[in-house]
Amino acid sequence: MPKAKLKKLEDYQEQIRQCVKCGACRAHCPVFGAEKHEGLVARGKVALSQALLDGDVEMKDKFLLDMSQCLLCGSCCAECPNKVPTEEIVAAARREIASKKGLSTFGKGVSTVLKSQGLMKTLTKSASAFSALLFKKLPESSGLRLRIPLPFVDRERTLPPIASKTFREQHPEFIEGEPGQPTVAFFTGCGINYLYPEIGEAMLKALKFIGVNVVIPKDQGCCGLPAVSAGAGETVEQLADQNLEALNRKPVDHIVTACASCNAGLGKIYAEMGEPFEQMAAKVEDIFVFLARHGLPEKLAALPKKEKRVRVTYHDPCHLRTRGITKEPRQILKALPQVDYIEMADAGTCCGLGGTYSVYHYETSQKIGAKKAQNINDSQAEMVATDCPGCIMQLQDSINHAGQKQQAVHILNLLVEALDELG
Amino acid sequence: MINADTIKKLENIVGKEHVSTDKADLICYSYDATQKQFLPEVVVHPGTSEEIARIMRMANEQSIPVFPRGAGSGFTGGSLPTAGGIVLALGRLDRIIEIDEENLVATVEPGVVTGQFQKAVEKLGLFYPPDPASLKFSTLGGNVAECAGGPRCVKYGVTKDFILGLEVVTPTGEIITTGGPTMKGVVGYDLTKLMCGSEGTLGIITRIIIKLLPLPEAKKTMLVLFDSIDGAAQAVSAIIRGKIIPTTLEFMDSATIDCGRQATDLEVPEQAQAVLIIEVDGERDLIEKQAKKINEIVQPLGVVETRIAETAGESEALWQIRRSVSASLRKVNPDKYNEDICVPRSKVPEMIRKVEQIANTSGIPIVNFGHAGDGNIHVNVMIDKQQPGQEEKAEQAIEAVFKAALDLGGTMSGEHGVGIMKAPYIPLELSGSVADYMKTIKKALDPNNVLNPGKIFIDTQEKD
Repeated sequence: MPKAKLKKLEDYQEQIRQCVKCGACRAHCPVFGAEKHEGLVARGKVALSQALLDGDVEMKDKFLLDMSQCLLCGSCCAECPNKVPTEEIVAAARREIASKKGLSTFGKGVSTVLKSQGLMKTLTKSASAFSALLFKKLPESSGLRLRIPLPFVDRERTLPPIASKTFREQHPEFIEGEPGQPTVAFFTGCGINYLYPEIGEAMLKALKFIGVNVVIPKDQGCCGLPAVSAGAGETVEQLADQNLEALNRKPVDHIVTACASCNAGLGKIYAEMGEPFEQMAAKVEDIFVFLARHGLPEKLAALPKKEKRVRVTYHDPCHLRTRGITKEPRQILKALPQVDYIEMADAGTCCGLGGTYSVYHYETSQKIGAKKAQNINDSQAEMVATDCPGCIMQLQDSINHAGQKQQAVHILNLLVEALDELG
Repeated sequence: MINADTIKKLENIVGKEHVSTDKADLICYSYDATQKQFLPEVVVHPGTSEEIARIMRMANEQSIPVFPRGAGSGFTGGSLPTAGGIVLALGRLDRIIEIDEENLVATVEPGVVTGQFQKAVEKLGLFYPPDPASLKFSTLGGNVAECAGGPRCVKYGVTKDFILGLEVVTPTGEIITTGGPTMKGVVGYDLTKLMCGSEGTLGIITRIIIKLLPLPEAKKTMLVLFDSIDGAAQAVSAIIRGKIIPTTLEFMDSATIDCGRQATDLEVPEQAQAVLIIEVDGERDLIEKQAKKINEIVQPLGVVETRIAETAGESEALWQIRRSVSASLRKVNPDKYNEDICVPRSKVPEMIRKVEQIANTSGIPIVNFGHAGDGNIHVNVMIDKQQPGQEEKAEQAIEAVFKAALDLGGTMSGEHGVGIMKAPYIPLELSGSVADYMKTIKKALDPNNVLNPGKIFIDTQEKD
């Protein structure tokens, strides 16, 4: 079996050259929007990556800080006239830094710089905000360890409680569907498995409603996206190998996700690793794209609208929006009998979580999140629904900090009720 | 060379956190959209005009060049720190100070992004028309310094036509105001106009007083395909002769259409050799009449097809065709020289023919599109820099294009300015005595040549 291999920074030389420094990214980068410094925007990071390749800059101080200041959301690339993949270039540069200077360089280097600016607080007390239990349960390679590494989590952050029993522990590996139906693998990701098992339950219900056979491999790992963000190249490659094995054991027609990050991790990062990873990546499908393909929106729309409805808006997770998935989640939401759908302003801008970003840059992350919370509030929605556990965590945190009352939920949480009615 | 003592002084003026000599920062403030790179020695982010004035006084004492910078999105190098020194990044001055609805006047700081300002005034039913392609990220300060244009300038005029007054830090460190919030004012020289388009060589703009218009009630967009470039060009003249000034009159030649076809699923019939996108705005009844009249005027001129947008979404789809062009040019060749000559409107067909001849002679593809309504054509010379000899050929072609534009009574630059990119060609357009007149102004205002030296005129680099 060929081993997974990520690209190196030098492999991006041609794409780096294609950046003409026009500055269009300044209009679309959420980090630049919050902090207004050229080193934060895609154009700056591409210039710094070129300087690194040319040996014109050292891996220290502002360089490390600037390279850490990227959510890898891909908004710049989506709007770039030349489609320069800055999020891939930054991830490759981070791997280059981690491989030369050790994996902890990034976290340590960045936090040292930040501490000197008085931004990073003494964070050991935050353990109380987040159960130590989690870390006993989380495998070493889980992205959650990177996203919320205990001593670094800002004590101001509000986090969800931990599930006493993980989602995968509660379910068999194979659930038979109706005869003649295809088989799908359910890639749970860490968020659903450890933090939000109820989203997984809703997902299972939806898959059962369609009637497909469902495989939930016990030994599936983290998708690797948080490791991409942290520059932990080897971890990403190991996880890709592990997931290939887990997901290939039984022949499956599709690999469905209910997490935007996992969708991009499997569907985009793995796609760049050549065969057989490419083949696996091609099977990855977002749950709402899958459900829309099976005619669920039409069935839902046929249900009588409820008398008492809740006003719901939708937040586009970057990792779906930049991959062109914006229509299907809205279709399902709009068709729900208990929902009055409202489109908020700037639904497509990043929530500010960004893999490991919010760990080291919680204040900037909060600024980005505050804009989002404001837009949610202005829309007069009572709930914000999305398609990514990471976004839910960040959206709820931003809403809490703004002193607002809205609830952040997964669309699947809302879909369950309607599925009961469809029988 | 800037020494530690100078850095200390700068830190005292603007605060330690707003001064950087870190290599990463120097790299990030070394470029603009020309893709040329020059490392400054220090990047300073001032917060007030007083701080800028102190910096300029210090720069004069120590003969340190100072390069003011907005978004760094210019096409001619106006903000490039070509001689080391200080980059003065004006991004912190980004407040909209006042939008005065009684007088239709706004006051802003230079770092405000043009598109964000437009959104803010449009919320109040007001209108700031200049719309450079970079409006989502370029700043008002940069727009004034370069006198930016855009498609809507056919009807409304360019940036300078909307600037009533300025606060400026002079090259020697005085703070002056020019003009004011009145609609008229003729006391003394028109320094506001002198500053507009001066490319940061005569002063640093720290506050801008802007004239606003009422927001037009509606607009109507149509896309007209012609079977010849002449037909399209004649249509432009005919519309203007018909006493209609559309809001925009954008033009794309056949090479541009080809690029669009390759890059997008753009459906344009084979016989279409040129495209005009025509937009009118104003009161609903009026624009219906105007659109009808325009349609009557252009139909006899070899029209292949006319598409009229009835909704905002349809209008957006038509504009998307125009916007997709710039990126799709890469299909022709990876590198481009984007020139922006301007000729009298009636000379547009002749100019296009001359550019075609130049492209044929040089063997380098040249793609033309732009603001035909005011004679401002974007001439894109497409090359592959990695192939030896192409850059020289491109430069020869560009010189030929400039000469052709000047022969027709035009200019080398309608919007982008001179900077360093067009500085070598200045003698083609400006006579010795005109250039001397301008240089005399520069010398009088900036005797030590510390503010944005080496821009517009090459020889200002040499110190007296």
